[in-house]
Amino acid sequence: MSTGFALDAGLVLDAGLAALVLAVAVGAIVAGTAFAAVVGFVTYGLLLALVWVRLAAVDVALTEAAIGSGVTGAVLIAAAARLRPAEARSAAERPGVPLRLAAAVLSALVAAGLAMLVLLPSAPAPSLGPAAAVHLPELAIGNPVTAVLLAYRAIDTLLEKIVLLLALLGVWSLAPDRFWGGAPGQPHAAQQDGALALLARLLPPVGIVVGVYILWVGAVAPGGAFQGGAILAAMWILVMIAGLRDAPATGGRRVRLLLVVGPAVFLAVGLAGFVVADGFLAYPASYAKPLIIAIEVVLTLSIAVILGLLASGPPGRERQR
Amino acid sequence: MPPAVTLASAATAGGFLLVLAIILPAAGVLLALAFGRHAERIALLLMPAGFAIAIAILADVWHSQASLVAVMGGWAPPLGIALRADGLSAMMLVTTALVICAVGLFARGDFGMPAGGGEARAPLVFWTMLMGVWSALNAIWLGRDLFNLYVALELLTFSAVPLVCLDGRAETLAAALRYLLFALVGSVLYLLGVALFYGAYGTLDIGLLAGRVRAEPVVWVSAALMTAGLLAKTALFPLHLWLPPAHAGAPAAASAVLSALVVKGSFFLAVRLWFDVLPGLPGVPAAQALGTLGAAAIIFGSVLALRQERLKLLIAYSTIAQIGYLFLLFPLSTGAAAAGIWGSVAWTGGVYQLVSHAIAKAAMFMAAGLIGEALGHDRIAGLGGIGRALPMTIFAFGLGGMSLMGLPPSGGFVAKLMLLTASVTEGQWWWAVVILLGGLLAAAYVFRVLAPALAGADEPLRLCARVSRRREAVVLALAVGALLLGLLPLRPSELLQIGRPAAPTAIMR
Amino acid sequence: MSAETLYGLCAAALVGLGLFGSIVDPQPLRKILAFNLLGGGVFLLFGVIARRGAAAGMAADPVPQAMVITGIVVAFSATALAVTLLLRLFETTGQATLRTGAPARPDPDSDRAGS
Repeated sequence: MSTGFALDAGLVLDAGLAALVLAVAVGAIVAGTAFAAVVGFVTYGLLLALVWVRLAAVDVALTEAAIGSGVTGAVLIAAAARLRPAEARSAAERPGVPLRLAAAVLSALVAAGLAMLVLLPSAPAPSLGPAAAVHLPELAIGNPVTAVLLAYRAIDTLLEKIVLLLALLGVWSLAPDRFWGGAPGQPHAAQQDGALALLARLLPPVGIVVGVYILWVGAVAPGGAFQGGAILAAMWILVMIAGLRDAPATGGRRVRLLLVVGPAVFLAVGLAGFVVADGFLAYPASYAKPLIIAIEVVLTLSIAVILGLLASGPPGRERQR
Repeated sequence: MPPAVTLASAATAGGFLLVLAIILPAAGVLLALAFGRHAERIALLLMPAGFAIAIAILADVWHSQASLVAVMGGWAPPLGIALRADGLSAMMLVTTALVICAVGLFARGDFGMPAGGGEARAPLVFWTMLMGVWSALNAIWLGRDLFNLYVALELLTFSAVPLVCLDGRAETLAAALRYLLFALVGSVLYLLGVALFYGAYGTLDIGLLAGRVRAEPVVWVSAALMTAGLLAKTALFPLHLWLPPAHAGAPAAASAVLSALVVKGSFFLAVRLWFDVLPGLPGVPAAQALGTLGAAAIIFGSVLALRQERLKLLIAYSTIAQIGYLFLLFPLSTGAAAAGIWGSVAWTGGVYQLVSHAIAKAAMFMAAGLIGEALGHDRIAGLGGIGRALPMTIFAFGLGGMSLMGLPPSGGFVAKLMLLTASVTEGQWWWAVVILLGGLLAAAYVFRVLAPALAGADEPLRLCARVSRRREAVVLALAVGALLLGLLPLRPSELLQIGRPAAPTAIMR
Repeated sequence: MSAETLYGLCAAALVGLGLFGSIVDPQPLRKILAFNLLGGGVFLLFGVIARRGAAAGMAADPVPQAMVITGIVVAFSATALAVTLLLRLFETTGQATLRTGAPARPDPDSDRAGS
C-alpha cells in the first residue's frame, strides 16, 4: 500500500477476480449439462482460492483448493458422468413459472439484504485478532489459525472430526449388505501409460512431501492438519483413479484404526486436560506446542484416510477374507 | 503462566459433567467404528452412564438453583467456547437420555449383531448413529456459542440422515436425499446469520451477544436468515414436505428418535435465538408470524394425518401438527411483559409440549413398529383385531395419543392447557381456537387407529411374527411416562426459571 | 471502494445465486452443486469479515478464517454423502429425481411395513 498506483492496481485485480468468480458461478448454474456445470464449479473453486489469498487467508486458500475445489470436484465429476443417462429426464422436471419467480425474488432479496449490510459496515470492525495474538506466546504457536483450531476453539474441531466419521459411515451405510466390509467401488483399470498414469507416478512423491511440509509448518506459518491431510488424500485419490493402487477394504482392522486414531488421540489429550491442566481440552502450560503438533500429526493421517475413502464411495465388492 | 487461571473462574464445579454429556457418546462413535462387531454392546454400556450424567446435571442445577458452566480449554468467551446448563437444558438432557435409552432397549430386537460374531451393516450404522444423535443433541442443549452450535447441528444432520434409509429401499433413499438437501440449505442459512452476528459484534457467545445486540438492520437480517434455516430443519409448515416420508420410512426405532428428538434440536435453537440472544428486542411481528405458521401446521398436519392410510405416515403427519404447537410459544410469551417471560404460563406450556411430545411420540412410533412387525404391514384398514393380539402395545399407543389430544392427566394436557390459558389471558383468543380445534382433530386421527384396532377382526388374525413382551413393556413404560408427566406440573416451571435473567446465575457478566 | 467491500458484494451475489439454484434446479446433482456455490458465498463473507478485522499486526482476524476451514470440510462431507445417496437412488430406480411418486422400477417388496 505504498503508492496510490499500487493500490489501484491491486483493486483492479480484485475487481477483475470478483467479476470472474461471479461469471463462472452464473455459468455453473445455467450450464446446459451437469458435466459443464461441474467443470464450471471446479474453476469457481480455484478462483475462490485466489480470492482467499487476496483476503490474506492462505490457510483457507489451501483448504479451498484441495478440498473445496479439488476433492469435491472429483466427486462431482464422477457423479455427473455416472448420471448422464438420467439427466435429460430429470432436467425436464422444471418447476413452474410461479415457483421460479418466487425463488428468484427471494434469492434477490437475500442478496440485496447482504449487499446492504456489506456496504454499511460497523466501524470499527470488531475483531478477536488481538485476543488471539495475546495468547500465542503461551501456546508457542506462530500460526494464529492453528491456535484457533486446536486451542481456543478446539471443541469445534473435535466435534467436526466426528462429523467427518459419521459422514463416512453414512456413505458406507448405502452399500448393499453383501458388500459390507469390502473395498469401495470397482477397481480402476490400471493405466500403464497415458497422461493420468504419468501424473499418478510423478505427482504423489512431490505431493506427499508438500503435504507433510504443510502439516509441519502449520505451527508457525499457513498450513496444518486439514490442509496437509487434504493434499495427502488428493495424492491417494489420484493413485487410486489411475489404478496404480486399489482402495483398501472398508472393514479392515488397519483402516478402521487409521480412521479413528486422530480423533481418539485428540479426545484423550482433551480428557487428560481435566487432570493435568484447567479442564477439558486445556494444555499444560509448557507442553502446549508438542501436544498440538502430536495431535496434528495423527489428525492429518486420519483426515487423509477419511477424505480419500469419502471420495471413493460405498463398498462395492465382496470382502476378501 | 497457565493461560486459563483467571479465565476459568467463570466455570462451575460440576462443569465436567457437561463435557461428559457430549463426549461420552462421541467416544462411543469412535469405539463403535474401531470395534465394529461390538457396536451394540458399546452403545448399551454407555446408555446407563449417559443417563446418570443427565440426572446428575439436573440434580446439580436443581440443588444449586444456578446454571452449570464449563469453559472449554479454560479459554473464556469471546475467544473460547463455553457450555452452560440452565433449567431448560437440564430438562432436555434428561428427556433425551430417557428416550435414547428406551429406544436402545427397544432396538435390541431389530439391530442385534448377527450370531456369528461378525460385523453387520445395519446394526453398526444404527448404534453408531444413535450415539451420534445423542452427542449432537446434548451439544445443542448445552451450547453457548453460535458456531459451535452450527457444528452440533451438522453432527445431528449427519447422524440422522443415514437412519432414514437403513433399509435401502428406493422410497427411503429419495426421502433421505430430500431430507439432507433441506437440512443442508437450512444449516447454511443459519451459518450466514452467524457470520453476520460475528461481523457486527465480534462474538458468538450467546450471553455476550445478548448484551451487545441492538435493534438494527444486521440483527434483523441475520435473525431472519437463521430462523428460516432452523424452520426448514424443524419441518415447520410450509417447509414440512421432507418430514413424513423420512420419518415414516425409517425403521421404527429410528423414527422414534427422529420424530421425538431430532426435529426438536433446531426448534430449540430458534428458542435460544429469540429468547436468549435477542430477548429485549421488539419481535412482536416476527412472533406473530411464527405463531401463524404454527397454527397452520396444527390444522394442516392434523387434517393430513386424518387422511393417511398407513399408520406410520399418520404418526409422521401428527408430528407436523405437534411441532405447530411449539411455535405458539413465540406469540404467547413475547406478549407477556419482558421480565415475566420466563415465569409465564406460555413459556412453561411450550417447553412442556416439547418434552411430552418427545416421550409420547417415541412410544407411538415404537408401538407402530411392533404392530407392523406383527402384521407384516401397517395399513390402518387392516388393523382389525390387533388390540387382542398386542394389548400392551395398543394401550401404549392410546396413552401416547392422549398426550397428542391433550386429555388429562397426560403431559400433553398440561402443555395445551397452559398454552390455552396464556392465549386467553393475553387476549390472543385466536390461538385458543386453533389449540382446541387441533385437539379435536388429534382425537379423530387417534380414534381412527384405535377403533379398528380394538374392534374384532373380520377373519382370524394371522400374525407374521411374534412380538417380544420385553419390547412391548419398554413401549408401555415410555407411554406411561408421558402420561405421568402431567402429574408434576409445578416443579418444572420452577426448574425452567433457573439460569434465566431473572433468576440467579453462576456467571455474572 | 475497498477490496473487502468488493468481495463482500461478490459474496452476497453468490449467496443469491446459490440459493436460487438450490431451490429451482430439478436435478439433485445440480442442487448439490448450487448448495456448494451458496456455501462458497457464505465462506467468502466470513473471509471479508476476517479481513476487516485486521488488527494487532495480523492481516486478518484468524477466528472467522478457522471457522471457514471447519465449514469447508463439513460442506465436503455433505457433498460426498448427498452424491452417494443420489447415485444409489439412480442404481435402484434408474432415475435421478426427487419427484414424489412411484419409482420407475417398483420395488418387489414395497408393500411391506416400513418397519
